[in-house]
Amino acid sequence: MFASCADPETLTGLNWLACYLTNGKHLLFYQSFGTVMLLLVITAPVALAFGFLGASAARSHVAPFRWLGKSYTSIVRGVPDIAFFLFFVIALDQAFEWLRHQVKCPDWGQPIRQGSDFVVCDAAKLPLSSSPQWVHETYGFALAVLTFAIVFGAFAANVLFGAMRSVPHAQMETAEAYGFSSRQAFWRILVPQMWLYALPGLSNLWMILIKATPLLFLLGVEDIVYWARELGGSKTARFSDYPHGDWRMWYFGALLVFYLLLTKVSEVALDRLMTRLSHGQATSGGEAQRKAAA
Amino acid sequence: MKKIVLSAAALAMTAGMAMAESHSMTVRMGTEGAYPPFNYLNDDGEVDGFERELGDAICETAELTCEWVTNEWDSIIPNLVSGNYDTIIAGMSITDERDEVIDFTQAYFPPDPSAFAAMSDSFDGTGVIAAQTGTIQASHVASMDGAQLVEYATPDETIAALRSGEADAVLADKSFLEPIVAEDADLVFSGGDVMLGGGIGMGVRESDTELKEKLDAAIAKLKEDGTVNTLIEKWFDGMEAPY
Repeated sequence: MFASCADPETLTGLNWLACYLTNGKHLLFYQSFGTVMLLLVITAPVALAFGFLGASAARSHVAPFRWLGKSYTSIVRGVPDIAFFLFFVIALDQAFEWLRHQVKCPDWGQPIRQGSDFVVCDAAKLPLSSSPQWVHETYGFALAVLTFAIVFGAFAANVLFGAMRSVPHAQMETAEAYGFSSRQAFWRILVPQMWLYALPGLSNLWMILIKATPLLFLLGVEDIVYWARELGGSKTARFSDYPHGDWRMWYFGALLVFYLLLTKVSEVALDRLMTRLSHGQATSGGEAQRKAAA
Repeated sequence: MKKIVLSAAALAMTAGMAMAESHSMTVRMGTEGAYPPFNYLNDDGEVDGFERELGDAICETAELTCEWVTNEWDSIIPNLVSGNYDTIIAGMSITDERDEVIDFTQAYFPPDPSAFAAMSDSFDGTGVIAAQTGTIQASHVASMDGAQLVEYATPDETIAALRSGEADAVLADKSFLEPIVAEDADLVFSGGDVMLGGGIGMGVRESDTELKEKLDAAIAKLKEDGTVNTLIEKWFDGMEAPY
């Protein structure tokens, strides 16, 4: 990166460190922090949407919807995350390829399953094997987001389902007495107020989601854990211009600080949100605010 | 109007197909990127090493467009089988066990002795021995009397375990251990070499016979014209030209 880094063997002390920390591999490491943040930013709303759909379905008056919503939450919540993460990524990928195969190559003569091989025609590969590496990476990342959203959506559904039931029933009855249809009562009375009851559970989920991001590494996305391990491993002078011993401790230490900072910032932000939502509500938080103001 | 749109679409499609055919086939090369000198990530974060140079030469000879992909060693075979990439070129020894799941091209690297690296000369083949998960060395240690196997996900972690005293020795390909032992005064080779495996080849899906033939032909050609020998001599100090 710097001109002075051309000959690393002559460098010492801070100069060496500056060059070391800005080599190509480290730049990829820094980028991977962006990958993790991007995952959080995309997954959180998608998972919330999944959760909302799941919770709405679970309290639906139509029985099949109710079954669907209930079984979604109970199945996903009951199976270990890691099994889901490994299963979904392979299963979703193969399901997409199978569908594309049916559409694009209807007259393909060979079976799709050949022993342990999963073979679809070239045009059905997702992404096409001729597409550049970044497409493959984006596709892998999208699969990861979808998997995270499905898993965390189930937990969010459960939280929201509980929150919907916590909104005082008397309010819904009042709404109906004023002539609201049940749809209107749902959107205008229930949904705006349920967030207060959902927030403690959702903030908990958010914290767990932050902690779960290293699972990206399991899904084959080159995230911060991958690079920390790769960079921290000892390097011999023959294969690197910056030989060093086993530095994994420092790299994983940096990750620790990063995650602690991230959770701390979220905690502060969520506390503020809670204060805002409690305003004027008939809950202990709202009551405390009222007393403090008086 | 509808007809024009349809024929335009048909034209575009045939043009697209013609384009696809004129381009050479793209082959995705799966490697581990953590096993120098065979394959590793260089300071720029790119795949480098003996297999990178050899793989590029193979692709040029076979007129394929190659794209390099890294994957964890643990899941390198399942991801080949499910089609995430088309070949494994990761210092993988040809064994009967693996041959049941995937196919191998002919070897591009001769059967290489495996060696024990230890902290002292006194290592006698017993005690805790570290090896990478799913390697021929790991199964060899498992079959040794008086030895206890500890497995690690990456080759680098086996060395770290040896240095920290968690393991008494590491069993790995000698060509991988050589540069490490050479640079670290604390480490020595001990307990003699063992011959394992039937050479190192490229792995392909069993259904991919066409690709396998292409790669085989390219490797044979490169062996004949001496490219493989030159690369082996370049990347492996003191190794004689085998082909």
